[in-house]
Amino acid sequence: MYAQMIKTARSGVKSREEMSEQEREFQDKVDNNIKIEPQDWMPDDYRATLIRQMGQHAHSEVVGQLPEGNWITRAPTLERKAILLAKVQDEAGHGLYLYSAAETLGETRDELVNLLHEGKMKYSSIFNYPTLNWADIGAVGWLVDGAAIVNQVALQRTSYGPYSRAMIRICKEESFHARQGYDAIRVLAQGSPEQKKMAQDALNRLWFPALMMFGPSDSESVHSEQSMAWKIKVKSNDELRQQFVDQTIPQIEYLGLDLPDPNIKWNEERGHYDFSEPNWPEFFDVIKGNGPCNVDRMEKRVAAWEDGTWVRDGLLAHARKKAAQKIAAE
Amino acid sequence: MAEVDQKALFEFLLRMGDNTLVLGHRVSEWCGHSPILEEDIALANTALDLIGQTQLWLGLAGEVEGKGRSADDLAFLRDVWDFRNVLLTELPNGDFGRTLLRQFLFDAWASIMLGRLQKSSDPRIAAIAEKASKEVAYHVERSADTVVGLGDGTQESHDRMQAALEYLWPYVGEMFQSDDVDAAMVAAGIAPDPAGLRAEYDALIGAVLDEATLTLPKGDFAHKGGRTGYMHTEHLGHMLCHMQWLQRAYPGCDW
Repeated sequence: MYAQMIKTARSGVKSREEMSEQEREFQDKVDNNIKIEPQDWMPDDYRATLIRQMGQHAHSEVVGQLPEGNWITRAPTLERKAILLAKVQDEAGHGLYLYSAAETLGETRDELVNLLHEGKMKYSSIFNYPTLNWADIGAVGWLVDGAAIVNQVALQRTSYGPYSRAMIRICKEESFHARQGYDAIRVLAQGSPEQKKMAQDALNRLWFPALMMFGPSDSESVHSEQSMAWKIKVKSNDELRQQFVDQTIPQIEYLGLDLPDPNIKWNEERGHYDFSEPNWPEFFDVIKGNGPCNVDRMEKRVAAWEDGTWVRDGLLAHARKKAAQKIAAE
Repeated sequence: MAEVDQKALFEFLLRMGDNTLVLGHRVSEWCGHSPILEEDIALANTALDLIGQTQLWLGLAGEVEGKGRSADDLAFLRDVWDFRNVLLTELPNGDFGRTLLRQFLFDAWASIMLGRLQKSSDPRIAAIAEKASKEVAYHVERSADTVVGLGDGTQESHDRMQAALEYLWPYVGEMFQSDDVDAAMVAAGIAPDPAGLRAEYDALIGAVLDEATLTLPKGDFAHKGGRTGYMHTEHLGHMLCHMQWLQRAYPGCDW
């Protein structure tokens, strides 16, 4: 889940009686699973919430290049390097789809990027954690993309057409990412004692941050209700988190790694695994900017943007000259 | 196919594979830091193609050598003196303009070289060249467009590109130097004499640099020592520290 803690631009869900005729028509479409398209009427708050969610999702894809790029130059084989390059290229491509989807609602990519750089928009908390050993790259694919898929598979049914279609495309690539991540960590888990240590270390450090990706517990998530009614969100944070835990624990066991949480236990009655809650105060610290890598990540992104100003200006100036020459020639 | 000294053939294949390995590594250093998202994608894509080509060239090199070394062994377990890439590819990235100009100067050479290698008397080399040519045709188109756009953009972008050209130009000549290895390749019909590619190269880059309003530096001095392994720059050793670290620190593992 690359977008989390999205503040819905409205508090409380309107009853049918409180809605205007336009709002009722809109809600009927949503209820009947008819996609909302850019030219359709939509409540301002629906538009604002979606821009926030798609923007944050896009930013996450872009910032997410940094922790993975951290290991591209140190990948241990040519094949792993090639796979990682292909993956990072996909992530940047996802950023592009999502910025484009947000543009259909009237917010340009440059405006969204500025908001990110000014600290007024966020990206997923997970990318504020460091990638410290090679196994982290496997774990990012397996756990982080795995968690993202759980969320994004649900979002394929989201009510806004361009977002839903972007998700369908993104999910196909993400499942390749998760598989390659699992494969990379499997090789380590079955490798030398040092390699196994890398795999265990990565799992222990990234497990709880991965669980945090789904956002706080439903009981504390004040913005969910309206987003669910608008089908911007399709499943609750806790449902998605449980689904992720249930699918991941057998994978950990298959790898022969130790469980990263002593309270993980199959609960026959619930038909689900029990597990410990992540450290939510830590999560809120990370969201506020105090994660291990927040400052560094933003410093690098802002530097990339500022250092690239002359390139963007140069290419734009050239394109304008060419366009002017073309008009003059006609 | 004429008999060819396998040591010379191995050397030739290392030159091809080390060029793409070292340049691919340099390009991959840009990940997440480029001026605009489209460029992040394009740079990752270029690096990916180059690393893919490396797997083929070094894979064949290992086969020809016949000592059981894989492409990974060659990439990750040789020291600086055994690398055979031209110096141009190992130079640090500098700014985006220098990176793209270096790419163009290399792509232009690669597009011509690979065109010739498609007619190699060694079918394995012809097959690699055919595959790589398709990728490089796109690389050279893109890097040329960017060089033109930045050279003929604003005053600042023009000045930066001209400075990049001054810096890189002394490293161009090495791509066209010939030695005994090349003579053996020519005799066996495996590869062309690098010196024979120069005229076509000058025409290709001349047209692009002209459109980019850039001026070729005076003088034809050429640094050398990369493709023979005699003397690399100081930069290559630092690159290998990154590239080879895991394989060196944890030898003998599968990854």
